[in-house]
Amino acid sequence: MIEVKHYGKKKVGQWIITGLVLAWFFVLVFFPLFGIVKETVSYGLKAFVSSLISPASLHAFWLTLLLTVVAVVLNTVLGVVMAIMFARHHFKGKLLLETVLDLPFAVSPVVAGVMLIILFGPNGWIGNWFESMNIKIIYALPGMMLATIFVTIPFVTREILPVLREFGREQEEAASTLGASGWQTFWRVTLPSIKWALAYGITLTIARSIGEFGAVLVVSASIINKTQTATLLIHDEFTDFNYAGAFSAALVLAIVSFIIITVIQFVYTKKEKGLHNA
Amino acid sequence: MKGKVAKLSYGDLTIRSLSFLYIGLMIVLPIAAITMASFKGGPGHLWKQILQPQAISSLKLTFLLALVMVVINVITGTATAWVLVRYRFPLKNTINALVDIPFAIPTLVTGMMLVVLYGPRSVLGIFLQNHGIEVIYNKPGIILALLFVTFPFVVRAVQPVLMEMDKDMEEAALTLGASKRQSFFKVVLPTLLPSILTGAALSFSRALGEFGSIVVVAGNIPFKTQVSAVYIYGEVESENLQGALGSAVVLLAFSLLTLVILNLIQRWSSKYD
Repeated sequence: MIEVKHYGKKKVGQWIITGLVLAWFFVLVFFPLFGIVKETVSYGLKAFVSSLISPASLHAFWLTLLLTVVAVVLNTVLGVVMAIMFARHHFKGKLLLETVLDLPFAVSPVVAGVMLIILFGPNGWIGNWFESMNIKIIYALPGMMLATIFVTIPFVTREILPVLREFGREQEEAASTLGASGWQTFWRVTLPSIKWALAYGITLTIARSIGEFGAVLVVSASIINKTQTATLLIHDEFTDFNYAGAFSAALVLAIVSFIIITVIQFVYTKKEKGLHNA
Repeated sequence: MKGKVAKLSYGDLTIRSLSFLYIGLMIVLPIAAITMASFKGGPGHLWKQILQPQAISSLKLTFLLALVMVVINVITGTATAWVLVRYRFPLKNTINALVDIPFAIPTLVTGMMLVVLYGPRSVLGIFLQNHGIEVIYNKPGIILALLFVTFPFVVRAVQPVLMEMDKDMEEAALTLGASKRQSFFKVVLPTLLPSILTGAALSFSRALGEFGSIVVVAGNIPFKTQVSAVYIYGEVESENLQGALGSAVVLLAFSLLTLVILNLIQRWSSKYD
């Protein structure tokens, strides 16, 4: 009750700080969002629809979807595997390896792209060998997949790991003592306890995959109907002054991001509750 | 404990080798490759690439703008976390949810939003230009882009610490006659410091590598508004991979340094738990 008295007295200061923070938030985050809606609307519905259903645009969105699915599937499966290893195994250098896992978040997407070119480019360490087999990786789909996978590697592991650690292994050990196989223990005991954290990690992976631009740009040649993703299409149209097309596609991605944020918030509250009930 | 390490079941062995293989192939190998490629001509050659006038000028600009952004972000981010945790106001939950928006919006779209809002074709942009302030295609635009993409880092680092922080200490300070300001600077701030630093390090590292939002906003004029990531991209585009490697290695080294610093902050703060 003392609190109320303290804060009651400082009402004016409180409102000034709140007002300033809200003003900053609106100028920094909200106005730009509003700006993109207004810009797209100004070109009219017809331009919006026709630019979105153009073959190039449909192909670009399809490619983004494909890259996202590949990154999500691979990084979910291996993300869970890595999280189990970090939570349940003990070995020398584990801390160092955990730090290494965070690198894709710290590395510039452009630098990530350059690394892939060095490794998989026509003159690269591995690319050389693939070149001799007539398989193209850089400036082709496999390179773009690798780029998307690279930038999203840590999300799933990072989200599950704290939950796995807090949850401990008592229940898993109980299950295996009672005769459950490793798989059964995973599906019946481990997975239910991490499901919301996993969902959170997957949502973050999806958001990042859809929006990835720098890394994919460096390893693709952005060829229309071939290696052009949604973000690459937006960039090409924007730099060609085809604003109607650029902003229509950008608005679609912004709306998708908005939906993802809503899902993230929903999943996050579930996750927090799960953590406290565990 | 030691016995456990020696006795790995087939399942454990699969988990271990898959994880090692994945981290090794996808993260360690590319980093080893870029490091070795950049040292191919010897350290002297690498040093020369880093010191190329255009490269070093982009690096300087990148660090300077990242620094300006971090200072602003630490203040506004801590204030935002404070308001979201301590005060009640309309639409609080919605605002809290929207804090994460910059993480979800594609960075390229962020850049375009800023061009629309402050660009030479907008009312606001024309107004600002008439008063001698050029936002887009200049440094203020880059700082705005960086502030947008890093906005959640400090807020989301400070928020949970502030939520768990006992008000008892603060109230004790107040009861003992400390002013509100004293209790904030002597009690609250030291507790929040590790989380503020974490948010600052994450923002700074993100800003050093940021590309998508900057490339459409900055105008990318060499020696003026070209940041390092854009310079690297330009070199790759003009098929001068070797020229890109110097700056790339510098950025990479700072990414590693950030991770080390973050680890140190974490250890330092858990010491007081």
